[in-house]
Amino acid sequence: MQKSLHIDPNKCTGCLQCEMACSYENYGSFNIAKSRIKVFNFEAAGRKVPYTCTQCAEAWCMHACPVDAIRIDAATGAKEVHENVCVGCKVCTIACPFGTVNYVADTGKVQKCDLCGGQPACADACPTGAITYVESDWTGLGKMRQWAEKTDTQPRA
Amino acid sequence: MAWAKKILRVNLTKGTCASEPLNMEWAQQYLGQRGLATKYLVAETDPKVDPLSPENKLIMTTGPLTGTMASTGGRYSVVTKGPLTGAIACSNSGGYFGAELKMAGWDMIIFEGKSPKPVYLWIENDKAELRDAAHLWGTTTWHTEEAIKAAHQDPQIRVASIGRAGENGVLYACVVNDLHRAAGRSGVGAVMGSKNLKAVALRGTVGVSGVRDFKAFLKAATAAKKVLADNAVTGQGLPKFGTQVLMNVINEIGALPTRNANDVQFEGARNISAEAMHEKRPSDGKANLITNSACFGCTIACGRVSQVDKNHWSVVNSPKYWGATGGLEYENAWSLGAANGVDDLDALTVANMICNEDGMDPITFGATVSAVMELYQMGVLKKEQIGIESPFGSAQALLEMVHMTAEGRGFGKELALGSARLTKKYGHPELSMSVKGQEFPAYDPRGIQGMGLTYATSNRGACHLRSYTVASEVFGIPVKTDPLTTEGKPDLVKAFQDATAAFDSSGTCIFTTFAWTLGDLAPQLDAACEGGWTLERLAEVGERIWNMERQYNLAAGLTAKDDDLPRRLKTEPAKTGPAKGLVSGIDKMLPEYYKARGWTAEGVPTNDTTKRLGL
Repeated sequence: MQKSLHIDPNKCTGCLQCEMACSYENYGSFNIAKSRIKVFNFEAAGRKVPYTCTQCAEAWCMHACPVDAIRIDAATGAKEVHENVCVGCKVCTIACPFGTVNYVADTGKVQKCDLCGGQPACADACPTGAITYVESDWTGLGKMRQWAEKTDTQPRA
Repeated sequence: MAWAKKILRVNLTKGTCASEPLNMEWAQQYLGQRGLATKYLVAETDPKVDPLSPENKLIMTTGPLTGTMASTGGRYSVVTKGPLTGAIACSNSGGYFGAELKMAGWDMIIFEGKSPKPVYLWIENDKAELRDAAHLWGTTTWHTEEAIKAAHQDPQIRVASIGRAGENGVLYACVVNDLHRAAGRSGVGAVMGSKNLKAVALRGTVGVSGVRDFKAFLKAATAAKKVLADNAVTGQGLPKFGTQVLMNVINEIGALPTRNANDVQFEGARNISAEAMHEKRPSDGKANLITNSACFGCTIACGRVSQVDKNHWSVVNSPKYWGATGGLEYENAWSLGAANGVDDLDALTVANMICNEDGMDPITFGATVSAVMELYQMGVLKKEQIGIESPFGSAQALLEMVHMTAEGRGFGKELALGSARLTKKYGHPELSMSVKGQEFPAYDPRGIQGMGLTYATSNRGACHLRSYTVASEVFGIPVKTDPLTTEGKPDLVKAFQDATAAFDSSGTCIFTTFAWTLGDLAPQLDAACEGGWTLERLAEVGERIWNMERQYNLAAGLTAKDDDLPRRLKTEPAKTGPAKGLVSGIDKMLPEYYKARGWTAEGVPTNDTTKRLGL
């Protein structure tokens, strides 16, 4: 079954282990500047939120690419950048409404989350469960259950 | 090799920045961070130098594990000669600044001289330059960080800066990074201010690639993370309650210094505890605590994120204090609260905010307020001098004093001296609860005897972190000892001091030691760094660092007479609690400690000791 990254910002502490794990997985060093997942710190609200590609089923980046460098991995459903095809035109970075595909000046290619081929390093590294890798269907079940519990609080006859 | 192997040397007098290779021989002997930077300070400065003169040097330093996936691998330290103490100042901070420095490709920055005009240092990987900071001088650390990010149009920049306290020479001014973290003690911020250095701004995109054996390192780091997760303190207590988990505990064992150490228990402790931070306020139905937070790489996440009631009298007209902010730790809840008999949780949170905003050590500040309140109650200091009635328990006085000191006005200029100089000036030096000029923190030596020896012998003035024997005496980590006795404490203190010096030199956080021993740190260092790192070698490095710091202090003019405690702790017994009737047994512990250290009866390292350690 297809799986997705699931992010629960309430559990994020801002440790950035996910960013280091991502950069290590893809570049072999600890370099958060190269990470494909980024943690945003909303200081005034006291919230930290990791964000990355949501692997759109119909991806703007895929459709925008003029050389078909972004392709779906059949096993994971991830939209992967094929670096040997990518020409660095950056049209995908404009097309993505979420900003999660970005240019890397050092390589001249774009990069995005590719779910690490099915074992996302960020989810492995996250110490609090803020990032998990779950079945794509029915991610709302936990919340549904919470609300289901609140119904019919009257005792039965 | 997890060291970047590069130092940046900044000559502020000439305005130059130059790169030089890290002394790898010293790195093998002193590891990094605390040990290595202290070695540079010792080698390059005169121990008798005036801390606020251009001849003093200020070093910002990372450890080999800073910027790696080791848990808590994000620490950095500021090392210099401390203006508050005249001794080694070595102040450790978390946040993200240290990791960014390492990811820019630097182990350390050494600042020399004094800039003719206010400047900030801008580093982008291997590019480093001093820039004009006239527009930042006179502003807070928060404003400085925001302004620098805006000017460079880069929200990912990390900043360490001083506030008005550092600019004005408050003797306990600190260096704040990432808004709510700080290299807090001994006045390292005042040294920065004396050099006209307002801030350091960093952007690092080269990363840390020099790990010796990545696979072995990740295996060791993952195993060590499990140790932290499985431990009750690091895995549950600290993330849920922060260090504030200690407030009720230390109060119950009768070791909470209250009202300038007149008492050892505080009747208001519960109101300013971790538990209180979780409770909904009657005033607005919200809790002081919003959530917890972590520093770079940290899987413990002890940080507090708090928010005060915006209608609280201390902030009702100041919207800038209404948002989420770094909340209370145990040490500042004690120093601002119990030490002054104040139990208004939001007032303490606001006072702490202002200490962050303008860069002052809340431990020294709070303990200085305690001395002032006692002088006020004695009638030695009057309302007209201070500007406000200042009895113990007055949250209003606390807030007025923090504003005055941050802004450098009125009696704030007296508070800026710290309690040792202030009480001496007004004829009552015995009322300063300090050692070597630095105020001791939230553990009363009458109730936790080992901490008395800790304070008396800490190389940077009274400090709980140099040898946190509370872990053993209260929590049984690694073994339980009796807090009320002096037996065995000299050896215990020495062991903690040496191990701590090694941790402080590695780039990881001392809080890991609630779960880790040197045996958990060594495999991570060994995989990351060349040279062969074992538990035994780390203990030896720690002992070497300790003795080096001691030698520096002795050369600076300190003597065994300075290894002492305030008279109150030796002559006024604890009035309540489990330690009722006890005074500190420091005079029993000191001679035994010197022997355990391999020092003379005058506290000087013997030739045998220095030779053995290669000093």
